[in-house]
Amino acid sequence: MATVQRNMSLTGEPPKNLSTVQKIATGLGWTGIFILALSIFNVSLPTFFLWLSLGLIISGIVLYANDLYLGKSAGIKNDGVWFKNLTSRGALAWGAALLLTLFYIVLYWYPEYLGLNYDGENTGIISLFDPLSRLINGHNASQWFVYGVLYTIAILAFGYKFILKYRHNKYEVLRTFSVMFFQLGFAFIIPEVLIRLNQPYYSPNVIWPLNYDLFAGYKLEEFFSSGTVGLVMLGFGIASIFVITPILTYFYGKRWYCSWVCGCGGMAETAGDPFRHLSDKSRSTWIFERWLIHSVLVFVVIMTIAVVYSFLNENPGAYWLSKDSFLIGSGILLSVLFSLIMIFKRKELAKDAKYGAVGFFVILLVIIALYYSTGISYGHKLREWYGFLIGAAFSGVIGVGFYPIFGNRVWCRFGCPMAAILGMQQRLFSRFRITTNGGQCISCGNCSTYCEMGIDVRAYAQKGENIVRSSCVGCGICSAVCPRGVLNLENGPQEGRINGDAVLLGNDVDLLDLIKQQKQEARKN
Amino acid sequence: MQEHVVIIGNGIAGITAARHIRRISDKKITVISSENKYFFSRTALMYVYMGHMKWEHLEPYEDWFWEKNRIDLKQAYVKKVETTSKKLFLDSGEEVVYDKLIIATGSLPRKLGWEGQDLPGVQGLVSKQDLELLEENTQKCKQAVIIGGGLIGVELAEMLHTRNIPVTMLIREKAFWANVLPKQDAEFISRHIASHGIELRFQTELESIKGSQRVQAVKTRDGEEIKTDLVGLTVGVQPNVSFLEGSGIETDQGILVDPYFNTNIEDVYAIGDCAQHKEPAMGRRPIEAVWYTARMMGETVAQTICGNEFKYRPGNWFNSAKFFEIEYQTYGHVAANPEASEQHFHWAHRDGKKAITIAYDLENGEFLGINTFGIRMRHEVFDEWLTNKRSVEFVLSHLRKANFDPEFYDSHEKEIFKSFKQNLTTI
Repeated sequence: MATVQRNMSLTGEPPKNLSTVQKIATGLGWTGIFILALSIFNVSLPTFFLWLSLGLIISGIVLYANDLYLGKSAGIKNDGVWFKNLTSRGALAWGAALLLTLFYIVLYWYPEYLGLNYDGENTGIISLFDPLSRLINGHNASQWFVYGVLYTIAILAFGYKFILKYRHNKYEVLRTFSVMFFQLGFAFIIPEVLIRLNQPYYSPNVIWPLNYDLFAGYKLEEFFSSGTVGLVMLGFGIASIFVITPILTYFYGKRWYCSWVCGCGGMAETAGDPFRHLSDKSRSTWIFERWLIHSVLVFVVIMTIAVVYSFLNENPGAYWLSKDSFLIGSGILLSVLFSLIMIFKRKELAKDAKYGAVGFFVILLVIIALYYSTGISYGHKLREWYGFLIGAAFSGVIGVGFYPIFGNRVWCRFGCPMAAILGMQQRLFSRFRITTNGGQCISCGNCSTYCEMGIDVRAYAQKGENIVRSSCVGCGICSAVCPRGVLNLENGPQEGRINGDAVLLGNDVDLLDLIKQQKQEARKN
Repeated sequence: MQEHVVIIGNGIAGITAARHIRRISDKKITVISSENKYFFSRTALMYVYMGHMKWEHLEPYEDWFWEKNRIDLKQAYVKKVETTSKKLFLDSGEEVVYDKLIIATGSLPRKLGWEGQDLPGVQGLVSKQDLELLEENTQKCKQAVIIGGGLIGVELAEMLHTRNIPVTMLIREKAFWANVLPKQDAEFISRHIASHGIELRFQTELESIKGSQRVQAVKTRDGEEIKTDLVGLTVGVQPNVSFLEGSGIETDQGILVDPYFNTNIEDVYAIGDCAQHKEPAMGRRPIEAVWYTARMMGETVAQTICGNEFKYRPGNWFNSAKFFEIEYQTYGHVAANPEASEQHFHWAHRDGKKAITIAYDLENGEFLGINTFGIRMRHEVFDEWLTNKRSVEFVLSHLRKANFDPEFYDSHEKEIFKSFKQNLTTI
């Protein structure tokens, strides 16, 4: 049972300091990281140090979490979030952002500094991971193996911390177990074991267009040369896009992926959780977000069409699909999608969304026409540029590196084309919504503050309206932090799901009817 | 020229009135407040002190909102209201002429004339300025005493708790908030508050506050002296109306209004915490200092001002609060000291963090109201059940329909229903 800490020298201080145990835990973790850093400087370390380092990092996080949350009664634990240097964009936050960013830059563009050696034995940190890599996949480590191990450990250890923090909330606990499971099993173990079995590298939970390489020429060749296994992988990839994803999103919203399955989401929800309140909530950022994320989506569609076209161009007659029929087919598919949305959901689109949709659609058709008429698609170049700009710089360097500055879902909110597709489905064809409980909202703002996607949840709740937003990843934190039990994530019939004319319960019913009419009038004008 | 509506006070009552007037009219709207230029959520002041939010997060609308909706904001204190010339005199020396005036100045912490109540280190918690003062007053605070066991008192206790300041609460009743909650509920919440290390002194009243330069101790009616660096006065609030003296606007505790929020002076209205209803609706108090009712008064007066005369007829009573980790909601009426005809059914979960109390009529079994702790319930469903006077049997057998807990939460409806049935047979 919690009692007041009778340390009088601390009374009156805002809750921003670390306890002794937390300081020790932080020290352990950094010692682990220091050992890894040593190996980068080519200090040759025996394998024991790999285990020591990983062990120190994990036990540091676990110890820290235990001290922070165990022994305190379960409930919302946001005391001092805006006082702590690391979580309020203080010097520590900038330092962490810089370190992470540098790590990503080296990882993506200078892996030789990590000790990667294409021609011979690895050195540095990568060689430190060689024994583990050989154990799992039978080969020496690459920078991506090192990254995968550290990434998975981060999700597991910080996932443990998150579970302790939200142990009173079953939705949060289950969701976190789920992302930990999918990261460990689907994103880490399955692909590594596939390598051991001499099969193509494949993570079943990374779906196109998040996995922008699914249709790259080298990948298609891998699939087609691996017999049934390869075809199953390609088939599952395509089914994920056209069948599995739309069905699950229809029933549960995009959260089934973004907050339960996805590895990027998994990282954001676990290691990134302490930074969720840093997302920008302004309307101007929302507008920027919509243009940016849909531009990335258009880019990835163009790039993908280009690489498949290049592939078919380079292998004429090898497959049943010809490059021209592929282009025509793509054009038809996009046109059908566009027309269906415009015919059935036109009224639900804001003015700028309509302009954007038409503009992007025209651009896509023009580019497809250009490919068709010139026979050149620059597939390899586009893929290279997409990989550099979006795959590495955006999702890695900015997306994770800047957690402590812009919040934990920058990539998911502004960049992820998968989130853009799921978001469109969620907004237009889904049963998911966050409901508002009658007239109970007190406009306190906890929901908006802790929304990692920068949704101004309160703006809806204080009007009694449901929250139906394409960007909502359904993390459930708005509902958890609400002090008055106002918000709930629910699946239900589409009718009345978006209720812009809702009124707050509590007043005279005749008056509420009148206000409802007035609201409808005002929206029409 | 459009009619000029001036609203004094930018809390939830005044701002709701302004927003609704704007939606249905083109009137010129000016909102005057000395507290803060922009509307903020008063109920969330505590979260800034605890570090959950920054001040900017308390403001529900971005700054462009007011200009876009042509609601003029003026940060000033209204010194004097002159109703004959329809003029307001501001502390800046400026004068504002109104066609219609809405007074929505809210509350001040109640002070009962204790000795030492104005000493430095003694304060309430209602305004932005109170919050800033608390930050100052707790810089080197080793011990705090809170007077009064109510909603603001427990908020203050939770706030101080995050700063490791030991808190003693002096509570007049036998349990926390026992003037509102029935005994079992009040004791249930008292246990939860105490489990956080807050010292609750029941049946203890304040005699005087001691100190020379600053507060040093409080003395209880039993003669005990408790050393303290801070005294939180949270024995309720009183309408903020002293600036109206000499204006001719009739006041008692608050500004006296009829069911249309008219004061005794034409074109002057009063809403929210500062209004005192001459003829309160059935079962309602003349002054209700609650966020929700302030909002409803704002909704109602906006219609009246725009020509759709509406009597204030609030619907079924509801309210909410949070006591440390336990959320509380109430729908309908559950009396603290029920009359013979009002029967209570109480259920508490073994973890000590969930409980409900249902009030019903002993004669005809009509459901009267519910207090729910740690289980979220749907406002809409209970509102419908209350309006249609459902029986307690019906409510308990359909309780699942009213559940608003997040997905995957344990459900307790079966257990509650069983417990109710057993209860009936033992009576």
